[in-house]
Amino acid sequence: MSWLAFVRPGDWLVAAAGAALVAVSFPLAWQAGVAEKAIVRAGGKVFAELDLGREQRIEVPGPLGTTTIAVERRRVRVVSDPGPRQYCVRQGWLQRPGEIALCAPNQVSVQVKGSREAYDSLNY
Amino acid sequence: MSRLTLATTPEDHRIAQLAAAAVGLSLIDAAIPLPLPGVKPGLANIVTMIVLARYGWRTAAWVSALRVVAGGLMLGQFLAPGFFLSLSGAVGSLVVLAFAYRLPRRWFGPVSWSIFAAFAHIGSQLLLARLWLIPHNGVFYLAPFFFVAALGFGIINGLIAARLLAESEGESSGAPPTASGASHA
Repeated sequence: MSWLAFVRPGDWLVAAAGAALVAVSFPLAWQAGVAEKAIVRAGGKVFAELDLGREQRIEVPGPLGTTTIAVERRRVRVVSDPGPRQYCVRQGWLQRPGEIALCAPNQVSVQVKGSREAYDSLNY
Repeated sequence: MSRLTLATTPEDHRIAQLAAAAVGLSLIDAAIPLPLPGVKPGLANIVTMIVLARYGWRTAAWVSALRVVAGGLMLGQFLAPGFFLSLSGAVGSLVVLAFAYRLPRRWFGPVSWSIFAAFAHIGSQLLLARLWLIPHNGVFYLAPFFFVAALGFGIINGLIAARLLAESEGESSGAPPTASGASHA
């Protein structure tokens, strides 16, 4: 018995609708696009916008000292920070749009920006 | 000492048997390794489709509910997050099946039901996960993979259910399987 015999006409429609939903879900779920740049903020103001395509290392001054941020292979991380708990350093590499590392004591943050605006990782 | 006797009807026995079959399938389900957590074939839904076609929505709801509770107990998941995820999946798919079940049988069969149920299942699970377990839109990041799995496994489970139904109908009445789109074969 052929398996196709069990598919009724409407079933094809339902399957096609399901396939359409799958196709639509991809851009919807990944609307943030690809990571393009990293926004570095110091004291609440944008300090620098780093192009993720270019390997670089910058030093950001803050009230406690200097925070070092590095871009490497389309990722960005906080290399060193004078803060006591080192949360932003231990967060490691950020590569997806919306990811953010906050060095709160030194008032420095770095966030990955995508090609399109989406939710940020702090909205929860 | 007094004896407590529970009066059971033939329907109770039927529900228990079918639920046992569904529990067995969900144990097999849990044992199948798959690359992505959260993706499961949902074999127990084959039972749900068959029960829906033969005995109606009410019995299907009983069988699903028993399957979720008993399956949860057997897997040690009872009242753990996994239990609530499968509960929400079962409730979501039963709600959708209540409507899908009323579609004209000539056009829509177990394959349609199964696809609807699979999407409703993962949809309500994602919703519960977003609202309760991981209150972050990041849970939707994997949604496309879940939807692909829902479509694929929905079709496969629906086909298996349709085949089992057709075979058992053929055995009991000698009648050929119900109208299937011959023009599409």
